[in-house]
Amino acid sequence: MNDELKYLSRRAATGLLTRREFVGRAGALGLTAAAATTMMSSAVMAAGPQKGGTLRMGLQGGSTTDSLDPALATNQVALMLIRLWGEPLVELADDGGIDGKVAESYEASADAKTWTFTVRQGLTFSNGQDVTAADVAETLDRHAGEDTKSGALGLLRDIKDVRTDGRNVIIELNNANADLPYLMADYHLIVQPGGGKSAPDAAIGTGPYVLKEVDMGVRFVAEKNPNYWGDIGHAQTIELIVINDNTARVAALQSGQVDMIDRVPPRTAGLVARAPGITVASTSGPGHYVFIAHADTAPFDNQDLMLALKHGINRQEMVDKILFGYGSVGNDSPINSSYPMFTETEQREYDPEKAAHHFKKSGHSGSVLLRTSDNSFPGAPDAAALFQQSLAGAGIELEIKREPNDGYWSEVWNNKPFCTSYWGGRPTQDQMYTTAYLSTADWNDTRFKNEQFDQLLIAARAELDLAKRTQMYADMGALQRDEGGLICPMFNDFIDAHNDKVAGWVENAKGFALMNSYAPVRMWVTG
Amino acid sequence: MPLIVKLLVQRIALGLLLLFLVSILIFAGTIILPGDVAQSILGQSATPEALANLRRDLGLNDPPVTRYLNWLGGLLRGDLGTALTSGQDIATAIGKRLGNTMFLAFWAAFISVPLAILLGLVAVRYRERWPDKIISAVTLASISVPEFLIAYVAIFVVSVRLRWAPSVTTIHDSMSLGEKLHTISLPVAVLTLVVLAHMMRMTRAAILNVMQSAYVETAELKGLRMFNIIWKHAFPNAVAPIVNVVMLNMAYLVVGVVVIEVVFTYPGMGQYLVDHVSKRDIPVVQACGLIFAAVYIGLNMIADIVSIIANPRLRHPK
Repeated sequence: MNDELKYLSRRAATGLLTRREFVGRAGALGLTAAAATTMMSSAVMAAGPQKGGTLRMGLQGGSTTDSLDPALATNQVALMLIRLWGEPLVELADDGGIDGKVAESYEASADAKTWTFTVRQGLTFSNGQDVTAADVAETLDRHAGEDTKSGALGLLRDIKDVRTDGRNVIIELNNANADLPYLMADYHLIVQPGGGKSAPDAAIGTGPYVLKEVDMGVRFVAEKNPNYWGDIGHAQTIELIVINDNTARVAALQSGQVDMIDRVPPRTAGLVARAPGITVASTSGPGHYVFIAHADTAPFDNQDLMLALKHGINRQEMVDKILFGYGSVGNDSPINSSYPMFTETEQREYDPEKAAHHFKKSGHSGSVLLRTSDNSFPGAPDAAALFQQSLAGAGIELEIKREPNDGYWSEVWNNKPFCTSYWGGRPTQDQMYTTAYLSTADWNDTRFKNEQFDQLLIAARAELDLAKRTQMYADMGALQRDEGGLICPMFNDFIDAHNDKVAGWVENAKGFALMNSYAPVRMWVTG
Repeated sequence: MPLIVKLLVQRIALGLLLLFLVSILIFAGTIILPGDVAQSILGQSATPEALANLRRDLGLNDPPVTRYLNWLGGLLRGDLGTALTSGQDIATAIGKRLGNTMFLAFWAAFISVPLAILLGLVAVRYRERWPDKIISAVTLASISVPEFLIAYVAIFVVSVRLRWAPSVTTIHDSMSLGEKLHTISLPVAVLTLVVLAHMMRMTRAAILNVMQSAYVETAELKGLRMFNIIWKHAFPNAVAPIVNVVMLNMAYLVVGVVVIEVVFTYPGMGQYLVDHVSKRDIPVVQACGLIFAAVYIGLNMIADIVSIIANPRLRHPK
């Protein structure tokens, strides 16, 4: 690269030259605008975060009925607010490991039954109060207690006792669990003063920002927490606007009213990316769109019928036409390469002959009823229609029943024997399997009940030898893939977008969309 | 005038009865919907224990009739209660949203009503000539296109391309009146286009109807200027149907603009109501429903009273 360009990009990155001037002068030196922008952003990264400014985002999923109580958080907006004002004990790192947040360190006993988390020295809540081990213990108690409404309850059932010792919080488990730190990274488990028992929705925590204006389902403003311990939280002010309409959200980014948005519709993502100054970032993750059958309910208790359905789905076609390429093919397992101990298995392909063979063998006659709705995943009715056509190629008739969005999660999902749905995924195999594939799991939405699988799952938790554990998960994956009621055609990418007024995007961060919702606190405003 | 007072009292009493019936209907409707508020709050992540705990806390285990009577009792004491989902005081939350809705409706009406009537008068003056035809064609075209499409086109042209006005119209307290007006300029423009045609056509039709009468001919023969005849002699006699349509459209501006609110991300009552219906938050749905019904009934009552005052024949019923 020519020295003058380097000099210009450094000046631009440090704010001595405006972006427009830089692109213009780079153009005079024979560089295209696109190349100049790319160069500019790498120079911005190299220059490091800039402090101050206002970062604005438009997110989908907020509602007037939301609460600031982290126990009740279920959508992207609620999660994003939690990231601003609060922190869990530990957090997922970009590489899939674990970083300390409220806890500065943790260690396990040799049998993985007793875990000790040490609260960070000198940490204070945004109301000035010191963070103590008792606050952590009370927080866990609130989410795991008898009276809880917390969405994290399912994760915490195995805790036998929580006690404190100075700055240490000691957690005793009934059964060994090598993945406990991953459970503690759950976004519901935000450390609050006194566990948040007296004021669960006060939004007082240890996060990099403090909420200043709250208008539920509409708009939120947060200011930098001056006493924050860590090195994230670069913008002075963060403004969050709830924009549930897809077109309105994209328009807000295009017209410069917000700097970043989530959930760019896959159909238009390609067009959005072409607009000047806008970057569409797609992140592969553990989220997947599924067809779920109850493996213990006729006719889906028939292994051959299930195999007929599994061979009768065209996975690549779904990735191309439903996800518009923003995703990857599934293999009838909820686990993909985003999980730490993943083992590749043979890809199940669309094979109408095999499907027809198994269908004949199953002895099933007539059609199979599939229920779907618009909100079960974006494009679900279209995916159902594609499934219908690919099955027709094997001589199997699929009847599609369209259900209303309203009440789908209470009346159809986890209730009716065959329907469309989605899973956001979990950071570890253990969590994913425990949440939805253990015989006794509340959300065992495929009614997969396999004794051998359950035993392996419990044994794997206590196994600290990585190779053995990986093999166990591979065996479990095979059991679930061949005998389970899950037909998983695709893993969906998160598609977010931001403009060139903000920088610092990290590719393929683990967890949820928008860099596990850390994008606004880890990115910065370039001026 | 005592007749008017009697009429007013009668109408208000009937209105209250109607509101009472509406509240029963809304309550029954939300009970019939599948799922309850506890399930809706916890969503896909509901565990049986969490559901049971939440239901107990929210008092959902009481029979529906008890819940309705409790709510009615509160209402009679002027207490709308608190939202089941967020625990917020409903009156405070609605007050703000209602204020926003009224703000948008007011400015949309402020522009569209005089404009519609003026255009109607112009159309009558130049009946069957090019101004009439252009006005009719443009307004009928704008009412025939779905409002969300007009809104998206407006966003694309005015916000994304020209960058004259924002597409996200989230207004808040720290804005000045000028900023607020600039922010809501696009939704006001779209709403004006949506309601214009109906009022304009009715103005035109009602006045044309009167223009056939003998006294208008007399006025013409006297040599009065055409616009004077329309404004001074025809318009007062055509006011009743016009006021009716104006009131209907104003009611629409208050209660029917949820699509516009969603597209422009405007924090009004419509979005607030939809959020709570989908969460089965019955007290809020009840409160919103009552307010909407009251607005509708109230505006219709005003329309009736204006027509009676404007028409001496209705003032002295046989």
